[in-house]
Amino acid sequence: MVTLEEGLFAGFLALLTFACLIVAGKTHEGVMTFHALIGALAAGAGVFMIFNSYFNSDTSGPVPQEIDGKPNYNMGPVKFGTVAAMFWGIAGFLVGLIIALQLAFPALNFDLPWTNFGRLRPLHTSAVIFAFGGNVLLATSFYVVQRTCRARLPGKVMPWFVMLGYNVFIVIAGTGYLLGATQGKEYAEPEWYADLWLTIVWVFYLLTFLGTLWKRKEPHIYVANWFYLAFIVTIAVLHITNNLTIPVSVFGLKSYIVWSGVQDAMVQWWYGHNAVGFFLTAGFLAIMYYFVPKRAERPVYSYRLSIVHFWALIFIYIWAGPHHLHYTALPQWASTLGATFSVILWMPSWGGMINGLMTLSGAWDKLRTDPVLRMLVVSVAFYGMSTFEGPLMSVRAVNSLSHYTDWTIGHVHSGALGWVGYISFGALYCLVPWLWNKKSLYSLKLVNLHFWVSTIGIVLYITAMWVSGIMQGLMWRAYDSLGFLEYSFIETVEAMFPFYVIRALGGGLFLLGALIMAYNLWMTVKAGEPAEAEAPATGTLAAAE
Amino acid sequence: MSVWHKHEIFEKNSIILVIGILVMISIGGLVEIAPLFYLKSTIEKTEGMRPYTPLELAGRNIYVREGCYLCHSQMVRPMRDELERYGPYSLAAESMYDHPFQWGSKRTGPDLARVGNKYSDDWHVAHLKDPRSVVPASIMPGYPFLAETPLDPYGISDHLKVNTYVGVPYTEEQVEAAKSDILAQAKPDSDEAEAFLERYPTAVVRDYDGNPAEVTEMDALVAYLQMLGTLVDFSIYDEKANLR
Amino acid sequence: MTESYTAVAGFAQTWGLVYFVVIFAIVVAYVAWPKNRKTFDDAAQIPFRED
Repeated sequence: MVTLEEGLFAGFLALLTFACLIVAGKTHEGVMTFHALIGALAAGAGVFMIFNSYFNSDTSGPVPQEIDGKPNYNMGPVKFGTVAAMFWGIAGFLVGLIIALQLAFPALNFDLPWTNFGRLRPLHTSAVIFAFGGNVLLATSFYVVQRTCRARLPGKVMPWFVMLGYNVFIVIAGTGYLLGATQGKEYAEPEWYADLWLTIVWVFYLLTFLGTLWKRKEPHIYVANWFYLAFIVTIAVLHITNNLTIPVSVFGLKSYIVWSGVQDAMVQWWYGHNAVGFFLTAGFLAIMYYFVPKRAERPVYSYRLSIVHFWALIFIYIWAGPHHLHYTALPQWASTLGATFSVILWMPSWGGMINGLMTLSGAWDKLRTDPVLRMLVVSVAFYGMSTFEGPLMSVRAVNSLSHYTDWTIGHVHSGALGWVGYISFGALYCLVPWLWNKKSLYSLKLVNLHFWVSTIGIVLYITAMWVSGIMQGLMWRAYDSLGFLEYSFIETVEAMFPFYVIRALGGGLFLLGALIMAYNLWMTVKAGEPAEAEAPATGTLAAAE
Repeated sequence: MSVWHKHEIFEKNSIILVIGILVMISIGGLVEIAPLFYLKSTIEKTEGMRPYTPLELAGRNIYVREGCYLCHSQMVRPMRDELERYGPYSLAAESMYDHPFQWGSKRTGPDLARVGNKYSDDWHVAHLKDPRSVVPASIMPGYPFLAETPLDPYGISDHLKVNTYVGVPYTEEQVEAAKSDILAQAKPDSDEAEAFLERYPTAVVRDYDGNPAEVTEMDALVAYLQMLGTLVDFSIYDEKANLR
Repeated sequence: MTESYTAVAGFAQTWGLVYFVVIFAIVVAYVAWPKNRKTFDDAAQIPFRED
């Protein structure tokens, strides 16, 4: 029997295939043809998968919600997201290494449109934030919400639609950057059609998540789910507001944003900083609140603090954006307001950090024996460090020096590599044995190696950027004894060279660490010793996958 | 009965949570963004601002497409060193027709808000083709392909039209003539150029890329760069009237 | 122009602050309420309920 859900999704995807084919036929632009064909192919594949599952007797019909009185968890999409995260992570780190080398050795741009820094840099940021980070968030949120609600994800097609649809968005966005399709707004580069698609996927993501909460067997909604929910809801609001564009033609790439100049700047950095706050912070704090207690085998230090942490964080974060626009043409009251809240934000951030770290109290010895837990804990420490540095840099006087320099890049990477990277690695190291029903990881020694290699990488990266950023900021404002500017701009660029080389080395070590991790996870799945427990409950659509 | 009743409350709880989150995050955004639209002081009163010509707009779109904003800011801050290095600090009015804004966030290369008329067209063409031929220590990528790619005027009228939807004051005539204007601005001494100058009296007609045979993407990008920051006449700008 | 800034600042420094403190007080009261202790202790154990 075809369920109503299957029928509706199949119908929608069939219509979408048709629409994409029309666009592919009518457009004047080659890139649009390419993207419309990807869209048609992906939507068509979706229809095929739904029917394939229907005609396969093992998977046709409704899925049991419980087996032997235990929830029949849907772990297929979680597995997919885990693998996708690892894949996109390595791709994103690699592109990061390439653009770092381009800054030191510009010949590596090859003077071609598709390989120049300006097109590769959005590819790097989107690949690490949205492709790697996004898949980690999708996979862990689907895992955590099922486990903490003791209920299966709702729907048969919907969770897969979210997971695969999101990755199709990634492919469209990434190839678009290389081919020159961009809105020109940082971290919101994908053009209007990709944005529209992401909006659809995101609505179903919210529905899947809420649907699981509605089905839950636990009376209380665990705090990690609060953070996931804040992340999903807020990203939807931010994404829509910052991408209100009018396409020049439905058959063309280009669109124009409705906001202009100073208002556009304000909306963009309200979006930009809250992408940090809700995508890279709230979402990954959810991971902290589940995986740190789980791995340390003790409940979170203070559940009460976590609730205060939650409300304070989401209330205060949303104000912080305008600190990106100090001394610009944005009215000063707005940037000052942003900076004030950024400084206040320090408190909830550190409240959360203390809550995460103190969960270990009484079990600190585990840091010696368990490198996965060490990775999780060090990530929380990095979170503390970058949430201290951030408010500092938002202060007007500091910002006048740090803005426009590599200090900002270093700050972002201490958060991205240290906090987001390590908490994700820790979560993936936990998830893979659980999902593939293995007793443990293939090798804890390799985890240890990964930890040290990438930690050295991070330290090299951020110290190089501190030095180059502060140095460049000081050189720009240096005067000679006669009262003239002491350095021409190009002299300040030349002075960056050694630090750009060190940064690339740091990035290379971080990439190397990720490759060690991928090998370790691959061997865990392939050759790990099975756990003695019962067979895992995997997704029914996994076969169709 | 009791089980159903309980279940209902749980459902309501997650919705209450969603509403709570929405309320919390709306306040900050609204307080910071909404006043910018109605406070008159947001955008200064200036003389000289005009919408981009079709060729400049096409050049701006190339600037966006190649990701120039990732290394070059267009926002001079009011600090002594920046005023001396780049020129008068940027006004909000100067980006009032910008969709999107291109203020940038990083200066791997210098600020470009006032780059217009600072270098010759020849310098820009040589620099864009091979940056290290004119600035040996430059780490900028080369864009030789721009000079070899003919500018595609397809749908430029629609581009202007959409800009009018979002508030850029192009006249109907400007929208209709865009297809001719986009090429005319790079063809000095032609009849089309004369008609173009009637529609955009303060624009400059030049063969920007030094190749009279065809209008290329290089023409468009250089035309855009050469007008950046040149519209407002700062010798008559009244700073005190716009104090905020 | 200066008036609008003063007005915005005045509003933020009075009603904004009151609003801020009230919300914070509500959240703190909620988490510190003795009756809620059991709920929170119970909720903190959720990740460990395996099945």
